[in-house]
Amino acid sequence: MCIDVEGRHIEGREGATMVQVPVTDGVFTWPSDHPQLIGSRCVTCGNHMFPVQQGCPKCTGAETEEVLLGRRGTLWTWTVQGFPPKAPPYAGDVDPKTFQAFGVGYVELPGQLKIESRLTEADPEKLKIGMEMEMVIVPLSTDAHGNEVVTFAFAPVA
Amino acid sequence: MTTQVAIVGIGMHEFGRTEGVSGMDQGVIAVRRACADAGVSWEDMQFAFGGSMAAGAADTMVSLLGLTGLQFINVANGCATGGSALFSAYNTIRSGVFDLGIAVGFDKHERGAFRVNTKGSGLGDWYGASGLALTTQFFGMKINRYMHEYGISQSTLAKVSEKAFRNGSLNPMAWRRKPISEEEVLNSAMLSYPLTQYMFCSPGEGGVALILARADKAHLYTDKPIFLKAAVVRSRRFGSFEVLAPSIALEHNAGPTVDASKAAFEMAGMGPQDMDIAQLQDTESGAEVMHMAENGFCEHGEQEFMIQAGETEIGGKFPVNTDGGCLANGEPIGASGLRQVYENVLQLRGQAGARQVPNEPKTAYTHVYGAPGISGVTILSR
Repeated sequence: MCIDVEGRHIEGREGATMVQVPVTDGVFTWPSDHPQLIGSRCVTCGNHMFPVQQGCPKCTGAETEEVLLGRRGTLWTWTVQGFPPKAPPYAGDVDPKTFQAFGVGYVELPGQLKIESRLTEADPEKLKIGMEMEMVIVPLSTDAHGNEVVTFAFAPVA
Repeated sequence: MTTQVAIVGIGMHEFGRTEGVSGMDQGVIAVRRACADAGVSWEDMQFAFGGSMAAGAADTMVSLLGLTGLQFINVANGCATGGSALFSAYNTIRSGVFDLGIAVGFDKHERGAFRVNTKGSGLGDWYGASGLALTTQFFGMKINRYMHEYGISQSTLAKVSEKAFRNGSLNPMAWRRKPISEEEVLNSAMLSYPLTQYMFCSPGEGGVALILARADKAHLYTDKPIFLKAAVVRSRRFGSFEVLAPSIALEHNAGPTVDASKAAFEMAGMGPQDMDIAQLQDTESGAEVMHMAENGFCEHGEQEFMIQAGETEIGGKFPVNTDGGCLANGEPIGASGLRQVYENVLQLRGQAGARQVPNEPKTAYTHVYGAPGISGVTILSR
């Protein structure tokens, strides 16, 4: 299976080209060789926000501008999602027979903010608060048109 | 001098799963039991505040209780719905508008973890689709960080659950009344690391109603009035770490519980050292641990010793969650905060039966916390 950060097309099982579509527009740059999360910055106080929002919760200013967030940071805290989430809203695999536990954490992006994200690592032995993490794009599900739906995650930096 | 407020009647429908009885009906039963406890009838109620998250608009219960024309206001405030109903009733009497009224909360949730309405919570569809819209994850992440910072052990988390189920076994209104050992808690399924199945409470069902009166008229209804010295609700500030947050600030704020607690103690003219017992939000066992410090009852990290030494047991120095808390009672959102007050009234009256705290407690504290980053605190005294 693929963690593909190189492009929008990957080789499917049959060798055919499968199109990757983002879980939503406007949350991360896609397609992109180096995808980034899209946030907001307060014009008045410089506070960073994610996802994009109007209005600043820090200084109550009303004007914000769009900003691309950093791709690397450190793991601030984490857990492991050990049971299938309810669907909806979850779009991934919820079959108890095949469900794979996945990591979830907050990654601190220096000078910006802490981002909640899926983690590519789900082994408690391998997750440590403070470890270096990098943003990647991971497959989530297949939509009605046969496209692979992708979302963002953070992976330990090897 | 503002009017003082007393709780003069309490009623509860059993928590847990009651097949064939709607959430609303459980609320109605709680109201009838509260009226019986105070020796009043529904017709005597001058006002009501009520709410549920998933079991309907509270004010429609007048069709079942009697169309008396009273002022009935629905309250919807996330996990602090019950606490907000009580806050509103408290201030209605304090302001002198009415002399006698009721706060009621009830609920009935589907089985399993809460299904989060991402739109209603101001979150994009992508958030739930990506597998992040689970309140359980927040609790796992908050206690994981806390354990890292303050040296709380897995054993202490399990001991909190063990205590909850032991206390629940002494409570005829509780959902889970079978004691579960620390070892069984640790060996149950790992739901959201480091929290196992028996460290989490479950969404459930139940109803609670509390009748409030001007303190100077309380003797008309009861010979054991319990005085409401403070009722406070606070929302989050910038930098606090809350449930269902796609991001959090780099700056740290201690959160709405600390704010609500300080405001309540100030209102009551008391401090944490003056409290004899407490009911603290225990959505999972780690929450009880963290909330002991956030509410001012110890320093961060001291819980490890306190819980291992049994200080928060019913017979300990500072009993916490004497009715089994959310862990043993489940969490019907609309009723949960009022259940804590119900338990404290029983304890202060000396009517808590097998789980009665010894030495006649005189003061009692409640704390509810939940989505989207809201806390409610009350302080009661005899």
